[in-house]
Amino acid sequence: MKNISTHLIQDRDVEKIVGKLLRFGVITASIVVLAGGILFLIQYGTAARPDYHIFKGEENSYITFKGIFMGIFTLKPMAIIQFGVLLLIITPIMRIVFSLFAFVIEKDKMYVIITLIVLAIILGSTFGGLKI
Amino acid sequence: MSILTFTLILILGAYLAGLVGSLTGLGGGVVVIPLLTLVFHVDIRYAIGAALLASIANSSGAASAYIKEGITNIRLGMFLEIATTVGAVIGALIAVYTPTNTIAILFGSVLLFSAAMTLRKKNQVALTEGSKLSAILKLNSSYPTPTGTVDYKLKNVGAGFSIMTVAGLMSGLLGIGSGALKVLAMDTAMKIPFKVSTTTSNFMIGVTAAASAVVYLQRGYMDPGIAFPVVLGVLGGAFTGAKLLTSINPSTLRIIFCIAITFVAFEMIYNGYQHKF
Repeated sequence: MKNISTHLIQDRDVEKIVGKLLRFGVITASIVVLAGGILFLIQYGTAARPDYHIFKGEENSYITFKGIFMGIFTLKPMAIIQFGVLLLIITPIMRIVFSLFAFVIEKDKMYVIITLIVLAIILGSTFGGLKI
Repeated sequence: MSILTFTLILILGAYLAGLVGSLTGLGGGVVVIPLLTLVFHVDIRYAIGAALLASIANSSGAASAYIKEGITNIRLGMFLEIATTVGAVIGALIAVYTPTNTIAILFGSVLLFSAAMTLRKKNQVALTEGSKLSAILKLNSSYPTPTGTVDYKLKNVGAGFSIMTVAGLMSGLLGIGSGALKVLAMDTAMKIPFKVSTTTSNFMIGVTAAASAVVYLQRGYMDPGIAFPVVLGVLGGAFTGAKLLTSINPSTLRIIFCIAITFVAFEMIYNGYQHKF
């Protein structure tokens, strides 16, 4: 009986940390997006609205990790916003990595495997056909 | 229109989208797509990219609050995420070959279904007898209620898993969280009490969206000039919505919004049918 109760307490602690992690990720991402957005408005605010009704797709210069990181160092507002976007996308992925550790600590083999499968699918989709 | 004016109006619009999404339980992403396409005449592909981001922001922001209350079933969420992420990857692959008008019609149909699901009778009963598979997968759990902890068990794991694959597919194809389909799988098929199914579905939306997000980013669907006002606006709106939900009873508001969303859905379907996308 004692064993079961300590198990549950661990579970709740893990959940609380996961909750904090998610909030931290969202807040960090929004601060970066906001900073990039303010710079963007200062530089381009008075320009006319781009033709968003025409889809340009891959002509967009900030679609690769390299492009985004190079842009940050030269303080390009668009690159900073995209970096915030990347942080936002990474947040739920980090949540899975964290859950993986939690299941390893709990020695729950079945859920370690299930979590690894989910992680493999996401990373496979992210890095398959990746343009660096 | 200058970029500054466009940004300010879009922040306001996205704020309202986040608010409506949170009060109806539909999520901000679903409201962002018609807002961008019908009101701002933005290409539906940019709208899908922005909606994906709105779904992630919404899900991660709200999930952190729900987990604190201990309602989310993390094992169930993780198990079902196998289905939703596989679906999302397939959806993102199909999206390239799907005409934008078809996507608009499909989106309108999902929106209609979601609005109907919001008004459905909710499953409040906790099962005491679960299926064999649910025990093997350790999916049975408990959740806190004002009258104490309630144990629940679940069944039809296979059916739930299948519906989740479809939910993931829609999510990858349309850029939305497809929370309504996720709740259908957990609530209707697996017989999980709605508090658990809603929070677990919300928890899963971010992961499902993340599975296709980088693919869309690299296809140029996420334009910084649109992403920035949408992410900030939707987050602000969702935050206000969550605060409001604790002080008001949203049932009347929910009905009004769902009727409004039904009209929007028909508009999307009609415009898609008329090849306006």
